Amino acid sequence: MKNLTTAERKSERELVVTRTFNGPAHIVFEAWTRPDLFKRWWVPKSSGLTLLSCEMDVRTGGTYRLVFDHASLEQPMAFFGRYIEVTPPSRLVWTNDEGGENGVVTTVTFEERGSETFVVLHDLYPSKDALDKAIASESTGGFTEQFEQLDELLVTMGG
Amino acid sequence: MVQYTTTRLDASFAALSDATRRGVLEQLGRSDASITDLADKFHMTLTGMKKHIGVLEQAGLVTTKKLGRVRTCKLGPRQLAEETAWIEAYRQLWASRFDKLDEVVEELKQKKMADGPKNRK
Repeated sequence: MKNLTTAERKSERELVVTRTFNGPAHIVFEAWTRPDLFKRWWVPKSSGLTLLSCEMDVRTGGTYRLVFDHASLEQPMAFFGRYIEVTPPSRLVWTNDEGGENGVVTTVTFEERGSETFVVLHDLYPSKDALDKAIASESTGGFTEQFEQLDELLVTMGG
Repeated sequence: MVQYTTTRLDASFAALSDATRRGVLEQLGRSDASITDLADKFHMTLTGMKKHIGVLEQAGLVTTKKLGRVRTCKLGPRQLAEETAWIEAYRQLWASRFDKLDEVVEELKQKKMADGPKNRK
């Protein structure tokens, strides 16, 4: 059964995503840190992206590099950064350096709860402005449609 | 009780917790209106409507301007709608990744069970 994924803007600079997985932390951690496994879930099919290569040296101070291709791109696009902290099976922290100075720092924690693992993914933007800009840059039109989405959101938030 | 905090998102959600205020925003989405127009439309006293507009204004959802004796209201910078849509897209991205991750986790779990505890690395 699928578990619920939640996403919230926790503060001016932070976004937080949570999800529970039906397995122990060391397995979820393994799926996140072994390139052959990581490749299988990181790219949603609907995105139309292809993961051309995936290099991951998962240890504190190590680096990663993901190269994607998409029909709309003139040339493949690389995402890369450093692992600031790798503490199996409970914590992963990495930088997103492709954006230059405006890079986001992502922290993922894996908390074992019985036979399940509660995952919290936390994106920290360098400034409020950087997060506002990220939001504004991909904003879509259609106020009414957005209001419908907001209504749904309010329902899930318990009114 | 609505608990007010200093963050803008909280202010916005608090402002939107009221059906009249959501109605006002939809109305203003169609056209600007004066507080008197809005009070009429929603069968309210002028004072009541002023209070609602005040809440929306504080949340940045509405801006008002006084022209002569009439105060005209229009939609604010629409930050909340943008923000909500964006966060929903962001959530969906992670939800689809995680649904796939479920499969990987399930498979690893089965495999480790089949291998037995002795062969676990």
